[in-house]
Amino acid sequence: MTPSRSAFAVLLAKDLRTELRTMRSLPAMILFAVTTFIIFRYGLDRTTLSGSLAGGVLWTTLLFAGILGINRVFVSELEEGGFDAIRLAPVDRTVLFASKASALFIYFAVLEAIIVPVFAMFFLPDWSALIPLTLLLAGANLGFAVLGTLISSMAVNSRARDLLVPLLLLPLVVPLMIAVTAASAGLFDAAGPDYEGFGTWLLVVGLYDGVFLLVGYAVFDFLLED
Amino acid sequence: MSGRGLKTLSTATVIVLMAGFAMVFLWVPMDADQGFKQKIFYLHVPLAIVALVGFVAGGVEGYRHLRSGDRRHDVNSYVFIHISVVFGVAVLVTGAIWAKASWGHWWVWDEPTLVSFLIVFLLYSTYYPFRYAIEDRDRQARYASVFAITAGAFVPLNFMAVRMAESIIHPRVFATSEGGLPDSMLLAFTVCLVGTGLLWITLVKIELVGKRVSGQVSRLRRALHDDGTGGGSVGGRIAPSVEAG
Repeated sequence: MTPSRSAFAVLLAKDLRTELRTMRSLPAMILFAVTTFIIFRYGLDRTTLSGSLAGGVLWTTLLFAGILGINRVFVSELEEGGFDAIRLAPVDRTVLFASKASALFIYFAVLEAIIVPVFAMFFLPDWSALIPLTLLLAGANLGFAVLGTLISSMAVNSRARDLLVPLLLLPLVVPLMIAVTAASAGLFDAAGPDYEGFGTWLLVVGLYDGVFLLVGYAVFDFLLED
Repeated sequence: MSGRGLKTLSTATVIVLMAGFAMVFLWVPMDADQGFKQKIFYLHVPLAIVALVGFVAGGVEGYRHLRSGDRRHDVNSYVFIHISVVFGVAVLVTGAIWAKASWGHWWVWDEPTLVSFLIVFLLYSTYYPFRYAIEDRDRQARYASVFAITAGAFVPLNFMAVRMAESIIHPRVFATSEGGLPDSMLLAFTVCLVGTGLLWITLVKIELVGKRVSGQVSRLRRALHDDGTGGGSVGGRIAPSVEAG
């Protein structure tokens, strides 16, 4: 194993272990998401959802629940001196970016593994859309994770961290949200999944992920300098 | 960058803009579809193009700042984005007026360019609270550059996604089925675009000169009252100032 790769494994394992022991992010994200479904149920006054309404409710909920996790992802590093440790360690600093993005990706995956079935139970008469949906979820998770890591690392050193993360992140994820909601509107069609345009939107998600992976990789070093 | 050439630049801006608007109102034929209200095109579109180019240029300056560590690039990046945000307000206002005149509504959601521009504008509006929330000056400059680069990469992606999502009903002034803009309109549009670009450059230059002067003043003030407290105001510093080089 190269030093970078072992550092990556150590950092990621540390994040996951901390989360397992403290349960600081995930339970809050899950509770938030379930409560949001209930609010949508009464806000929209629907007991079943289909088409773009279903996609909108699911993705909006996931996005806002995700922001809770993104907000916290660097807090422990700041409080416990993790930033200084990574600056001192003789490894590429991008490792921190990769490990945090991976941790976020895993949090989102766990969140979705719980929340999407709940969503289906609450609102969907037909569950056949869930399998192709996982593709979209994976693509969207990568984008949220990469951008969330970037924004969170920018905001964590500022005075208004909790305010800035959603403020900066929401406009930046609009294209991603457009792509995933448009793709899932067809999947949740009342007459069964409709794959028209699904591939194109998946490509857009991939392009978005790729661009921000590159941007994140290029600029992350500068966020750790001191 | 100094105040030299500012007078020439301002004069050139006024002349080109006046010439452009004179052509628009006196010479260019009325639009067959939209009539007089199409004239706002010569104001709205150049403003939007210049603002978007300014945003991307702000990203490029941010990149140069990170590469070189030279604070002047950060100041440039800040001023580029600042003036482009101001232009952005004008773009949204003129866009809303045009939408009201053409389609009867102040805001039209199926109009991809206007919606994309609003998203970009909202993103760049967060540049100020973001910058202001970071106290350390070096870190502020570095983080602002990272923001400028990220947002610069976001601009084309956003336009692509919004355009794909909407039916395209924006007036295609350049490429209609009849074969695009008549020569006179194209010429007037080019003159207006150049004039708006010059206006942007002039405003950027004025802003940069202003920053330089206020930087010098606060340095002189510090030298005068050198009592160790640092002189100039510490809080309320959103904008970077240029240290004399």
